[in-house]
Amino acid sequence: MWTALWLLALQTTAPPAPAARPPVTAQEVARGRALFEAQCAYCHGAGGDGGRGANLARPALRHAPTDEALFRVVNRGIPGTGMPGNSMSARETWQVVAFVRTLGRVARQPLPGDAASGARVYQANGCASCHTIQGRGGAFGPDLTDVGARSGPAFIRESLLDPGADVPAGFMQVRAVTREGQRLTGVRVNEDPFSIQFRDAKSVLHSFFKNELAELAKDEGKTPMPGYRDRLDATALDDLVAYLVSLEGSR
Amino acid sequence: MRTVLPVLLAVVFAASPSAQLTYERIREAAREPGSWLTYHGTYDGKRFSALDEISRANVQQLRPVWMYQVQGRHHFEATPLVFDGVMYLSDPPSDVVALDVKTGRPLWTYRRSLPEDLRACCGDVNRGVAALGDQIFIATIDAHLVALDMRTGRVRWDVEVADYKTGHSLTAAPLAVKGKVIVGMAGAEYGVRGFLDAYDAASGKRAWRLWTVPGPGEPGHETWSGDSWQHGGATTWVTGAYDPDTNLTYWGTGNPGPDYIGDVRAGDNLYSDSLLAVDVDTGALRWHFQFTPHDVNDIDATEIPILLDADFGGRPRKLLLFANRNGFYYILDRVTGEYLHGKAFARQNWTKGLDAKGRPIPNPDTVPSAQGALVYPDDDGVTNWFSPSYSPQAKTFYQNVREKGGIYYRNDAVYQPGRMYLGASKRAVRGEEPWGALRALDPLTGDVKWDFRVTTPPWCGLLSTAGGLVFSGTMEGMFFALDAESGKPLWQFQTGGAIWSNPISYQAGGRQFVAIAAGSALMVFGLAAP
Repeated sequence: MWTALWLLALQTTAPPAPAARPPVTAQEVARGRALFEAQCAYCHGAGGDGGRGANLARPALRHAPTDEALFRVVNRGIPGTGMPGNSMSARETWQVVAFVRTLGRVARQPLPGDAASGARVYQANGCASCHTIQGRGGAFGPDLTDVGARSGPAFIRESLLDPGADVPAGFMQVRAVTREGQRLTGVRVNEDPFSIQFRDAKSVLHSFFKNELAELAKDEGKTPMPGYRDRLDATALDDLVAYLVSLEGSR
Repeated sequence: MRTVLPVLLAVVFAASPSAQLTYERIREAAREPGSWLTYHGTYDGKRFSALDEISRANVQQLRPVWMYQVQGRHHFEATPLVFDGVMYLSDPPSDVVALDVKTGRPLWTYRRSLPEDLRACCGDVNRGVAALGDQIFIATIDAHLVALDMRTGRVRWDVEVADYKTGHSLTAAPLAVKGKVIVGMAGAEYGVRGFLDAYDAASGKRAWRLWTVPGPGEPGHETWSGDSWQHGGATTWVTGAYDPDTNLTYWGTGNPGPDYIGDVRAGDNLYSDSLLAVDVDTGALRWHFQFTPHDVNDIDATEIPILLDADFGGRPRKLLLFANRNGFYYILDRVTGEYLHGKAFARQNWTKGLDAKGRPIPNPDTVPSAQGALVYPDDDGVTNWFSPSYSPQAKTFYQNVREKGGIYYRNDAVYQPGRMYLGASKRAVRGEEPWGALRALDPLTGDVKWDFRVTTPPWCGLLSTAGGLVFSGTMEGMFFALDAESGKPLWQFQTGGAIWSNPISYQAGGRQFVAIAAGSALMVFGLAAP
């Protein structure tokens, strides 16, 4: 009996059409947040920062460069992945789109520092030997091309002062000793039960089957990045934060 | 075409005897180790191959023989069947291909067109087909059961098991027993009411349905408050085992719905997270044992039961071994359902322990909350659908385990047809790298004999063999073999794709082969020619 009721309910839901987009208002976004929590947050996290599903708290989404594309992804899912489609109405789907677009957008706020001076601080302190901006720099640490779009100034400041407080995923430090006694350290690129690949500070890639190593240690939660609490004065730190916040990648 | 096709009895009778897979042959599958006749290899769920050509002594010479690339793009979770020179494989989500085992070349394919508005949670996957008589059976993602002519792949009949629009889907391999095809279903994340069905293999007519959430007037109905039973979940999405002696089929059931909010469904919520023993002739529920009453952590008991006859407590007993997603290893008497033993075999905190009858003592700290509740294991579980294996040679129970927690934040769940009905969001535990292991357990105590640690929590099942080996795979694409006695690694091969499937072994042309689905390829390995 309730099956029949469900079918009636389904028939009242017209096939969603992306064209009929309602204006984005605070109420629409709030409704989108509620729908997101019930239908999406299980995989994508309440803040959209990912888990089983993709991290949506980022400025650009690979499968949804436009709002229309995002509508289609929410409605139809992404074939060949764990992302299912959904039976929400067109209006509800647009509400979710409006909410998702608020994720990963860090609100602009006035900052004390000067970004141009911060760029010079960045160069003078050798940050580029480990970090990449717009394709230039080292690969030992995270790419900072769009760090300002991904992270707020408070988080960036904290990362400079105390880099070990929140080490980014995918940068596990490893120490290895070969059977010949050679000692190596680096950032893990890949690992499975039988092999490991890591990149050292000079970007040289090392690959071993584990039975070729006498020792292998992983330093979870550790970072090779020095803290800048005692290395930069207050003005230089403000400037560097302002510079990093200004890095938003290519929109 | 979604209508039931008329039965073509003439075609059934015209089939040549060589293309017949009788029930008796499947029942005696252990005596035919060159074939893989049913999802678990044998009805008892052991996934042990008595073939011993590939052994500890020569496994280093194992190399790929052929590969078959499927068209499905999501996880390739299928276990193939192999007999009479042909491999029958499901291509996700709901296609079937028959392959010549000598060359890997396709003999026929069944391609199913799926409805445009299909919305299935948790991946467009399929775990395999069943075979009986001269037919192959596929349970489809749009909740149909289809019988195909074993020789041609042509459709014999196609019946609707449930309505896909309300979130029902079928992903498990059916179980063919005594002229019937038993089918489990999925959809608990959409608030469906679970059931287990059996269909007549010849006609496609439904023989029985066992609702896994009791309706009004049925025993167990009182374990659901209000109307919550209508969306109670308790789905049956992993293929069960069967014992011809007890004439019972044993199936685990999934989480109650909504997954993470218990106060809207006060009570034990029978028969969610339970083991059900069902008469295959009538569908009558003979006994049940509920592992996780009133689950609020989505820890489905949809794992694979292993049936073992052994001395326990000083006398021979018919046992059922069950490594549960909730982190406990259970031993039940499979005739009576009596709880005999339970022991944690991985990290868990959802219970403070089991009482003398195996009932867990709840830990209120693990109920999803606004502040977030830290739960071990996370909702993917310590185990999941992937196969354990039991080696009678090593007298060991093997299980891939996942050591991973999650933080659960409660939100609202309102039932609407075809929509997620969950009640929480999840976050990873920061600064903690999840890991996994191939864990060898004493089958009669659950004690850990040894552990082979893997980097990423695995989604691969296991196969043990009379060659003294255990086969497994990793999320990084390594397919590997361990010494079944010691756990020492003996061989590995990088397949180039994550492994989300269960290995099998079979014989062709008098030689032993091992097959595994990896990435989008079914890979077959054999020893280099002597």
